[in-house]
Amino acid sequence: MVKARGDSASHLAGGLDSFLRKCIFSILSVGPLPNHIALIMDGNRRYAKKQNMAEGAGHKAGYLALMRVLSHCYELGVKYVTVYAFSIDNFKRRPEEVHSLMDLMLEKIEELLEEESIVNQYGLRIYFIGNLKLLNEPVRVAAERAMAATAKNTKAVLLICVAYTSYDEIVHAVQESCKAKRNETEALNATKGINSVPGVEEDMKINEVIVCNLQVSCENSSSKFRALNRTTACNGVIGVEKKNGVAVHHPIQGTSEDGWDEVASTTRNGEIEGNEESKEKQVVLPTIKVLDIEKHMYMSVAPEPDILIRTSGENRLSNFLLWQTTNCPLYSPTALWPELGFWHLVWAVLNFQRSYQYFEKKKKQL
Amino acid sequence: MLSLPLPIPTKNTLIPLRPKHSCSRSTRAQTHPFSPLPSPKPLKPLEPTTVARVALREHVQEEEEEERRDRSALAGVSPEGEPLPSELQDDLMPKHVAVIMDGNGRWARQRGLPASAGHNAGARSLRELVELCGHWGIRVLTVFAFSYDNWIRPKVEVDFLMTLFEREIKSQLDIFLREGIRISVIGDSSKLPESLQKLISDAEEATKANSRLQLIVAVSYSGKYDIIQACRSIASKVKDGALELEDISESLIEQELETNCTEFPYPDLLIRTSGEQRVSNFLLWQLAYTEFFFARELWPDFGKSEFVEALISFQQRQRRYGARL
Repeated sequence: MVKARGDSASHLAGGLDSFLRKCIFSILSVGPLPNHIALIMDGNRRYAKKQNMAEGAGHKAGYLALMRVLSHCYELGVKYVTVYAFSIDNFKRRPEEVHSLMDLMLEKIEELLEEESIVNQYGLRIYFIGNLKLLNEPVRVAAERAMAATAKNTKAVLLICVAYTSYDEIVHAVQESCKAKRNETEALNATKGINSVPGVEEDMKINEVIVCNLQVSCENSSSKFRALNRTTACNGVIGVEKKNGVAVHHPIQGTSEDGWDEVASTTRNGEIEGNEESKEKQVVLPTIKVLDIEKHMYMSVAPEPDILIRTSGENRLSNFLLWQTTNCPLYSPTALWPELGFWHLVWAVLNFQRSYQYFEKKKKQL
Repeated sequence: MLSLPLPIPTKNTLIPLRPKHSCSRSTRAQTHPFSPLPSPKPLKPLEPTTVARVALREHVQEEEEEERRDRSALAGVSPEGEPLPSELQDDLMPKHVAVIMDGNGRWARQRGLPASAGHNAGARSLRELVELCGHWGIRVLTVFAFSYDNWIRPKVEVDFLMTLFEREIKSQLDIFLREGIRISVIGDSSKLPESLQKLISDAEEATKANSRLQLIVAVSYSGKYDIIQACRSIASKVKDGALELEDISESLIEQELETNCTEFPYPDLLIRTSGEQRVSNFLLWQLAYTEFFFARELWPDFGKSEFVEALISFQQRQRRYGARL
């Protein structure tokens, strides 16, 4: 009898809790909501020590916390959530710990693919971000299976960073860009259409950074960046404004330089503008631009994060999303990861909303 | 709602809402031409009583002494040599400190002054910080003076900042030479006025042998741009056959970044003033393992005690780099 009463009491409390949460989320929804939240799940081991738990138990508690936080985020209406599950640096830990983490990951990936899991509850598409080749075979296979199984889901996205560091991501993107440009060069040369290749140089507005598509000259100049910053190259560059996604660009008076003369023969919405005066007889080569690098990043499947939360009070990025968080506020509650709760999330979203207007204005200016 | 007492201890409590009107600077700047900076120490009014007069005289003498000390400090001849405060441990000092000098505009607005006054006060703050770093054994100090994204600011302000940079480099060059400070400038210098570019390269040349402290000033800098130019440089080497695709590695990118001008390219500590908790496109690659410290004070108010606070916080951190301690 008492037990039944106890059960119904906790049921009532649970229902009230959920109702309260829904109320607060609907209040928050009046303002702008973050589209993408990134989480660094720090503090599992300290939590286990604090609670006098066995060593691996901290990570299990961390997993439960993750499920809780994810359901809060998706209930609120956040579309993308990225979590830092395992860094390439973490391979430096003791083999037993790495091994148990891999086992835990395998177990949890299997769980995610079950019927009642959070994946089906919220229609999640899962991505595993990182250098998956560094993972052991069973984990990698499970990860790929999970990605394939959820590929059709469209409601929300969960990005799990394993065997990830920003350095590795950027190096990989550079390699891929170089490879792509090299193939492009070979294709261009093969068609022998060098003289008629139109020369277009554009300033691209990419993620609020105006990158001047400079002519990189490999002349023997003392400082590397001076080689890039030829005033002649920049004089002719006219800004390109992205108006509703259509880039309007203007042809540039090119100058001839030895070495890496490049002309970006990209088309933007099908428009090619020609500039016959420049570089008639030089070898024209495509340049690497911000877009190329970003295209080849593992994280290109998601927009940039709006909030980055790192638990346990540590104030550093630890090689996580360095490229993507340049304008993202970092929020560091002192709570350890398994202790992260509803109110921390609310606080983070409130602060996001507070500075939202200012940053939208700034983005428009750029 | 923001004033609700929440039971969440946050290490970096976010500052109360302050209207952010940086964008309205454009209208202000156009109607308020940059006027000369008023004296930073306002003179006290004279008091009639004898006792008060004596006290006042002593106070004025104290102020004069302080000013003299300031001046001689600025001239590079610090009488005390500014020893390390007792709260700090010598062996835990960061080798490379990076600073985002945010808040000059807000500081000026709070005092009803034009933005130029804020930037001048900020320059003073920087001089003090450079001196402290030199005395306390910090090897590299990188400061975010002007971002690539700042070019969109009103022309009046940008021109003033360029003039300020020129003035500061000219006036501080002697101090750098005397104090063993090496200056380096990173960023897209092509957009800077020619006179400033020449001044920078001359100053870099003149101080390149100095080794006590390296001051890296990021002007017209963007972290993403830094990586892109490193990639282009690598790509050109691949194209020339000097490098294979497989050779592209983290250390190769590190060597190509603009911070390759120093022995310690990665900051240990990043300080950002004015309460903003973001990186804003400063030193992207280099900040992977840097400890962040977000100071609430605006940059012109950031002085020795605030710097000590940041260093104390840094010294208490446990840096694990992903492994277990």
